[in-house]
Amino acid sequence: MALGRRRSSTDRGALITATVTSDAVAAVFREEAGRLTAALVRSLGDFDLAEECVQDALVAALEHWPREGVPNNPGAWLMTAAKRKGIDRLRREKRYQEKLAGLAGTEETMGGPTAGSALGHDERLELIFTCCHPALSREAQVALTLRSVAGLTTPEIARAFLVPEATIAQRLVRAKRKIVDAKIPFRVPDKADIPERLEQVLAVLYLMFNEGYLATGRRGAQDRDLAAEAEWLAGLVTQLLPEEPEALGLLALMRFGIARAPARFDRNGDIVLLKDQERWKWDRDKIDDGIALVARFLPAGRPGPYQLQALIALAHADAPSWDETRWPDIVQIYDRLLEFGDSPVIRLNRSIAVWHVAGAERALRELEPLADDLDAYHLFHATRAELLRDLGRGAEARDADRRALELTENPAERALLERRLS
Amino acid sequence: MPQYMLMFLGDDDQFEATPTEDRKKKYAEIMSWWEDLSKKGVIKGGEELQHRNTATTVRRVNGKMTVSDGPFIESKEHVGGWAMVEVPDLDAAIAIAKSWPSGDVEVRPIVER
Repeated sequence: MALGRRRSSTDRGALITATVTSDAVAAVFREEAGRLTAALVRSLGDFDLAEECVQDALVAALEHWPREGVPNNPGAWLMTAAKRKGIDRLRREKRYQEKLAGLAGTEETMGGPTAGSALGHDERLELIFTCCHPALSREAQVALTLRSVAGLTTPEIARAFLVPEATIAQRLVRAKRKIVDAKIPFRVPDKADIPERLEQVLAVLYLMFNEGYLATGRRGAQDRDLAAEAEWLAGLVTQLLPEEPEALGLLALMRFGIARAPARFDRNGDIVLLKDQERWKWDRDKIDDGIALVARFLPAGRPGPYQLQALIALAHADAPSWDETRWPDIVQIYDRLLEFGDSPVIRLNRSIAVWHVAGAERALRELEPLADDLDAYHLFHATRAELLRDLGRGAEARDADRRALELTENPAERALLERRLS
Repeated sequence: MPQYMLMFLGDDDQFEATPTEDRKKKYAEIMSWWEDLSKKGVIKGGEELQHRNTATTVRRVNGKMTVSDGPFIESKEHVGGWAMVEVPDLDAAIAIAKSWPSGDVEVRPIVER
């Protein structure tokens, strides 16, 4: 198997700089890291320590597996490595001495790959709720979930967000310290609290997904695909909480988005907008996956924002072309979406649907009241530009495009706007 | 068992401006909240603080202690009272903070010695 470059991994204070390019190894880490962390948190009763032991085990795997191959039972291998490293760590650090006994008992807690289902409960659910606890900042929630549940290394997380490794490392250290110091419990929230807590989890995954989705154009070969990680995590959540329609909605929304990926960039690497995409390129299997999820959440009769956004995405996925899209349906769905939380961005997106139902003049009128809130938002100006152009007001359209360009940071979007202006 | 400090934040002026009947109701709710948690053995202590206008701040400026009128940070809301609770974890402390009948609450763990 091929591995990317690997510099030396030093002791716990230094940054782990090993990278994983082998898909097989990354897939194993993703499958096993969460289980391993959950099992160790349970037996050690210390999130920080458990997480450190898992990282040690992953580093050990990156040293050995390229030479020796991925073991037949990677979970057991990683657990053994985690325990060995954990014992070293515990012996060195006085404050952890009483945990040594806890480490010895871990063998029973975690069996083979199907142990979770045998015990009737996958403790990655506890892990996800802990990583996404509202007492942690959103950034910390995202980094910690990617790290502890999805098994990404610090450098991988840093590259995904174009942020220095030291920043991510510090963010993770702080978050883990807070979990221990403020005693954030390792448990699934009470039933009454699940809606609010699940909302946090889904918000974290949605943020991750959007970050990955936008980064598609600039992702290097060695970089992890955040959108794929988010999809995997959302899939895990629906597995662990099969009755939650918003989780199903989010996963459907992600799948419809990923389905469009093959059509989103042209041969030059430039963005292709939804209305210009060649729909035959869309991944129909992914769309069918999304539709299956919609079929699961609709009967539940508990609508919510992610489900509604998924229905909008479905309306696009179903339409043979931009012009044949069921725009009136989409306007209606946006109206329902606004009931869950009025926001200028939702109104902005709705105005595009209004354009196709009632014309550009009407859509422009709907945009006016949003001007104050969205003045710093490049898509507001880009949308105005399109509407103005449709009305034959070319000069104003160019002004709006210029304003949009000033505000856009994403290189692919900048290229699109520059082309429009030239 | 871990202990947490709950710091109750409020706008003193706004509270003073509330009609007497409403203020009495609010105090009654607070008293009953306190009694309920004391009976459960969860509250270990706490007090109501006087209006922020009664505050005095002592600062170390250039090695000298200076005394000045007012609270440490000038803001719309100030700490109006505190309670110390003993509960198994942060979620339990948050649940108590959420049940506080009057305004925002900061929850911070106390250092264990």
